[in-house]
Amino acid sequence: MTALFTIIIVLFIAVAIWQMVKIFDLAQVSADTSTGGIATDYDNKVNGYLMIGFLVFIYALTIISFVKWGHLPLMSNAASEHGSEVDNLMIISMAVIFTVQIITQFLLHYFAFKYRGEKGKKALFFADNNTLEAIWTIIPVIVLAGLIIYGLFTWTSIMNVDEDADPMIVEIYGQQFNWTARYSGQDNVLGMANVRLIDIDKANVLGIDEADPNAQDDIVVKELHLVVGKPVLFQIRSQDVLHSVYMPHFRAQMNAVPGMITKFGFTPTITTKEMRETPEMIDKVNNINEIRAEKSKGLTAEGRDALDPYEFHFLLLCNKICGKSHYNMQMNIIVETQEEYDAWIKEQTTFKESLK
Amino acid sequence: MSTHAVDTHAHDDDHGHHHKETFVTKYIFSQDHKMIAKQYLITGTLMGIIGVLMSIMFRIQIAWPEEPNVLFEALLGKWAPGGVMDADIYLALVTIHGTIMVFFVLTAGLSGTFSNLLIPLQIGARDMASGFLNMVSYWLFFLSSIIMLMSLFVEAGPAAAGWTIYPPLSALPMAQGGSGMGMTLWLISMAIFIASSLLGSLNYIVTVINMRTKGMSMTRLPLTIWAFFVTAIIGVVSFPVLFAAALLLIMDRSFGTSFFLSDIFIQGEVLHYQGGSPVLFEHLFWFLGHPEVYIVILPAMGIVSEIMASNSRKPIFGYRAMVASILAIAFLSTIVWGHHMFVSGMNPFLGSVFTFTTLLIAIPSAVKAFNWITTLWKGNLQMNPAMLFSIGFVSTFITGGLTGIILGDSALDINVHDTYFVIAHFHLVMGISAIYGMFAGVYHWYPKMFGRMLNKNLGYIHFWITAICAYGVFFPMHFIGMAGLPRRYYTNSAFPLFDDLADVNIVITIFAIIGGIVQIVYLYNFFTSMFMGKKAVQNPWRSNTLEWTTPVEHIHGNWPGAIPHVYRWSYDYSKPGHDDDFVPQNVPLKEGEEELQH
Repeated sequence: MTALFTIIIVLFIAVAIWQMVKIFDLAQVSADTSTGGIATDYDNKVNGYLMIGFLVFIYALTIISFVKWGHLPLMSNAASEHGSEVDNLMIISMAVIFTVQIITQFLLHYFAFKYRGEKGKKALFFADNNTLEAIWTIIPVIVLAGLIIYGLFTWTSIMNVDEDADPMIVEIYGQQFNWTARYSGQDNVLGMANVRLIDIDKANVLGIDEADPNAQDDIVVKELHLVVGKPVLFQIRSQDVLHSVYMPHFRAQMNAVPGMITKFGFTPTITTKEMRETPEMIDKVNNINEIRAEKSKGLTAEGRDALDPYEFHFLLLCNKICGKSHYNMQMNIIVETQEEYDAWIKEQTTFKESLK
Repeated sequence: MSTHAVDTHAHDDDHGHHHKETFVTKYIFSQDHKMIAKQYLITGTLMGIIGVLMSIMFRIQIAWPEEPNVLFEALLGKWAPGGVMDADIYLALVTIHGTIMVFFVLTAGLSGTFSNLLIPLQIGARDMASGFLNMVSYWLFFLSSIIMLMSLFVEAGPAAAGWTIYPPLSALPMAQGGSGMGMTLWLISMAIFIASSLLGSLNYIVTVINMRTKGMSMTRLPLTIWAFFVTAIIGVVSFPVLFAAALLLIMDRSFGTSFFLSDIFIQGEVLHYQGGSPVLFEHLFWFLGHPEVYIVILPAMGIVSEIMASNSRKPIFGYRAMVASILAIAFLSTIVWGHHMFVSGMNPFLGSVFTFTTLLIAIPSAVKAFNWITTLWKGNLQMNPAMLFSIGFVSTFITGGLTGIILGDSALDINVHDTYFVIAHFHLVMGISAIYGMFAGVYHWYPKMFGRMLNKNLGYIHFWITAICAYGVFFPMHFIGMAGLPRRYYTNSAFPLFDDLADVNIVITIFAIIGGIVQIVYLYNFFTSMFMGKKAVQNPWRSNTLEWTTPVEHIHGNWPGAIPHVYRWSYDYSKPGHDDDFVPQNVPLKEGEEELQH
């Protein structure tokens, strides 16, 4: 099917190119052939108009992209406290970028159209103008200074975790090709760990130090539960290659580096349940389920299993190439109320119990 | 100095005429810079075909994941059982595509071709400072290309750790099949490539400094030469660091050292490595990796500046600012590498510093963009294919460059780092732009290289379809990146969250296929015009630079008589007081005529 499709496209393009060569050739009949590959007035005119056409194409592509795919981006609905700051900065930067983009592309293509060459015309000898150049040096300086300052304040406030806020300490542990989380338990201190202490027979997969008193109440799980409104500080480890802890809904990302502990902290602001009930999310999920239902029809016709309907979850994805199954290294994140969290954590076994 | 230089050339020249050129010395082991330029161009083109073909294959996989395809079955063999692409080979294709396009096409193919062709011709020299080193440089490049291609046929697969080859993934064969023999060959190939690049760069620097003809002061140099010269300096400063990184990685892989590795447990056993850091590798890699971006784009900028001025029949606007911004970009390019590492685990304060320096680089870039636009203003634009590609360059450079403001801002980078947003950004700003620069250069200097003209109508078709497809591929990618889709995923079907991106990916792939196919028009034009193109006249574009004062037929030593002297800068287009709208650099000033104090 794909092959057929590809062949049809190839044929279509071949015909289109042939047609275009014909058109250009017909238009050249009267032109002076001795000029060879050099543009004639006719070429200048045609390509000048095409430049305007191309400008329209760029604008149209921008508008279509925003209308059709503008709802996809994670630029609103951040699920963390710092996330809304990031989104604000993103929207401001986008506004600056689009203003500059629209103006400069217009000037570029309009000039290319307006000043297209004609025989006998002479260009303006205009080599330098200090005032003009000063203007377009200083304006970017001012705009960028604003963005840099705003950006740096945001960055500093994200990266400097406030220890006074008493964040919940959670370890995220990456390996080819799955994630594990370790809660620090009652004492909120993680036990020491090193890959050299890994003991598969005892199911000590994270290499936790059995002798460390802080480790006894640690809890190792395969699903991340966070409390809404409560700061969390992740301590991130990897046992084999680089991975990256990417939690797009929380605007959070940090690499997992073998041999060192990296950190990232944030405060979730909305529970999974609440997120599912936001109108944007309901639309998104419905849309995805329509797509999946459509796909399932094809699959069942081939005698394969239908796709499960999609239910929204916050996700932790791997975002650093880590090998064959990099594309499927994920962990669900559940944001819930303190009570729900307490009930959940009570049912988990501690490290000490798991050793028995 | 100049007189001395000229004397040496006269000697070289005599020497050259007495030799009888055989087929081997003329076409294969040539020491003539014009022939070496053509060798670089053709090798780069062939590598480019392979690189683009790979990208089309993995784009098809992304759009129609895990569907059998005859193309895969035919080209990938055992890596596509039943025509379904294997996940390992997907990563290998992505890796080798990146490596080939960045190094083999846009560094060697672009810089190698045009630095070699234009430096001696535009500064008025008989050849490069060392023709022999120049030849060695090309053949090392050729050798490294061969080794890179050989690595595709290794049993366990070619390197597949991404073109950035971050360890430990690239260091441990048990982590990934491609990290065995495939990665060894990758590293050897790159080490040879770096040697080639350094020899080339040293030659360019020495030639520009020592061998300019009489009157060719630095402030009269065409912007092409400025760009090539500064590019060579960046290359000499940063490539050795990648060489060191590659060497240390080889040590870690083969001799058990622990520069980049520490505390690793893989496939049920603890490895002995202790005390190394993958972050160190990232620093070393990006110390080259970021300047590399400018090694790719600066020559394109130089080419575009020259072609734009010539085809606008106007001086380039703000020559001094253009030179200053090349220098500023070159300097800043060496202190911004950390913006690739905001979330690598390095100290967040360092992130702040790199945000600052990175956003600074937007200033000289903005000056360049505005100066190009002003160069068009009130010009008499000759819409040759080279000119179209130059205008296209400015367009994609702006579109791609602007999103750099988001990626360079550490706070925003957190969420779009390593997503398709990054792919969209760097493909537009350095991939497509640099390729446009290269196409512009080929269309413009083809008559100089081959003595014949390229067919302009095929050129127009090539440009317009390519331009539409380039935007069609990379503009929508910003949106799927902002939706959080990570790069280097073999398929997105493991995440129902991304199901609504499937149709965008299909649109992108269709544009990519069309864009890839239309390059056949260019290849056809390129190879047939060599023999069947219209014969070129000496100065077809009516340009000012010295290369157009040489005869159409190539001769060893470039000028049959004495080397022309230079009396003015290269941008005296449409100067008042002259009948023609161009005044070549070797035309003396008229009585009472002032040289522009640019």
